[in-house]
Amino acid sequence: MTASPSTSLIHARALTKRFGGFTAVDAIDFDVAPGESFGFLGPNGAGKTSTMRMIGCVSPLTGGTLTVLGMDPLADGPRIRARIGVVPQQDTLDMELTVRENLSIYGRYFDLPRRVIRRRVDELLDFVQLTERSGDQVEPLSGGMKRRLTIARSLVNEPDLLLLDEPTTGLDPQARHLLWDRLYRLKQKGVTLVLTTHYMDEAEQLCDRLVVMDKAKIVAEGSPRQLIDRHATREVLEMRFPVGVQETLDGQLDGLGDRVERLPDRVLVYTDDGDAAATVAHERGLRPEMVLVRRSSLEDVFLRLTGRSLVD
Amino acid sequence: MAAPAVRVLEHELLVYRRAWRGSLFSSFLSPVLFLAAMGLGLGSLVDAGGGAGAGAGGAGGAALAGVSYLAFLAPGLLASTAMQTAAGESTFPVMAGFVWVKSFHGMTATPIRPADVVVGKLTYIGLRLLLVIGVFFGVTVLFGAVSGPGAVLAVPAALLTGLAFAAPIAAYSATQRDANGFNALFRFGVIPLFLFSGTFFPIEQLPGILQPVAYVTPLWHGVDLCRSLALGTAEPVPTLVHVACLGTMTTLGVAAAFVTFQRRLVK
Repeated sequence: MTASPSTSLIHARALTKRFGGFTAVDAIDFDVAPGESFGFLGPNGAGKTSTMRMIGCVSPLTGGTLTVLGMDPLADGPRIRARIGVVPQQDTLDMELTVRENLSIYGRYFDLPRRVIRRRVDELLDFVQLTERSGDQVEPLSGGMKRRLTIARSLVNEPDLLLLDEPTTGLDPQARHLLWDRLYRLKQKGVTLVLTTHYMDEAEQLCDRLVVMDKAKIVAEGSPRQLIDRHATREVLEMRFPVGVQETLDGQLDGLGDRVERLPDRVLVYTDDGDAAATVAHERGLRPEMVLVRRSSLEDVFLRLTGRSLVD
Repeated sequence: MAAPAVRVLEHELLVYRRAWRGSLFSSFLSPVLFLAAMGLGLGSLVDAGGGAGAGAGGAGGAALAGVSYLAFLAPGLLASTAMQTAAGESTFPVMAGFVWVKSFHGMTATPIRPADVVVGKLTYIGLRLLLVIGVFFGVTVLFGAVSGPGAVLAVPAALLTGLAFAAPIAAYSATQRDANGFNALFRFGVIPLFLFSGTFFPIEQLPGILQPVAYVTPLWHGVDLCRSLALGTAEPVPTLVHVACLGTMTTLGVAAAFVTFQRRLVK
């Protein structure tokens, strides 16, 4: 890697976090370049949030080195935090305050003048489409609205770096798409995004580059396309068999594709030509209930790398 | 106060703005009820039974230092109210900051540090205390329970009493996962102190072996400080001892809160 602390917004080497005897982050290396949209992909407990908290200067590292915006989180915590925006995994909004008050008091935490805050809050309310709710208390807002408000709040200091910890977990598809759209616009404006997710589609939508984390370590790194090319095939043939049939298929699946993965509920055949594999399966007399040929995704990458699926 | 702590205070005041009317009313109502029922109602029995102005032979008279029960009770109740307000403000609202609302976590994602949260929150509690104490003192004056301008010194004394409880309790609250511990704190801490620290009767009335216990309880220092200032009977040495005890509790409490808030928010 050619990246250095001076050119990267975030520079981590052998970054480690231990809680007592438990190692949450185990000597990981990564760099995030300015303007990049970088993701940590992995299941719950992989160490994503611990890593984010170290970057956000609210969790001292146990080992290794970490530079954020060219500064040392331990020595310059408040100065770094002044220039980043944080969307935590769980919202920390003030339920009793109004939408607008939540934004303006947060602006005060950054010591912004009230005049500047007023202007920015108007812009941000518009950006996250909450202008009409600005005078309402937060409590009754929907999950998606609260999440959008949290994102607006994280932007009140016009951060150079935005940290998003599972930005859309728990939201319905419509709310997720709206949120992705807003994040995509930020990315277009040149805001550096660092996000964690256990959703493959989210990583594919938002990340220029990502690392796959599993059990406190980084197990792969690259663009979504690179990871798919490297660790999966072009297409995947999915077949679902009637209950009990899958267990009797020994041998009949061999050679259907580059690799065959047997999940509890279906069989995945990794191949560059899914239709051809489906034809071969049919010729062998296999009669699945359901056949689906699709492009391979990061989900397949994760399965390949860890032997487990992402969301249990 | 450093700017970041002022921002924390701003937040607390913004939240309080939604509740101030009800809060002010209950700050007013509570002393009215207590002083009417206990000071006037119960007090009439106490005074009739050899209390106020009775000669040296009357046990009650000696114990109450020759003042009416109302005048005896009011400053003690002022100190106790400060303690109870402080305990209320430094338990559940602190838990909310860490767990229910997580506002402290939101703050420390910005340039605000855990120590700023401590200073801002305790300053807010101090202002809340001042409001409650001020209203209480006003009611006391209306009841005619104080005499002389020196009695107003009971206000800062009660404020110090409140802070001496608020700081260590806030430090304790920062170590709690949920509110279960607070029940024990109130049941075995706040209420016994309220009842047995000289608020309602002089601790000389306690059984002999319990008197030394009462002398080391923090509320007794607050009660005696407020009472002696309100009645104009304060002596330099006991006053300094009281202030030193309460000041030490406050200081140690703030120091402990710096540690427990830091541990809770940065890990």
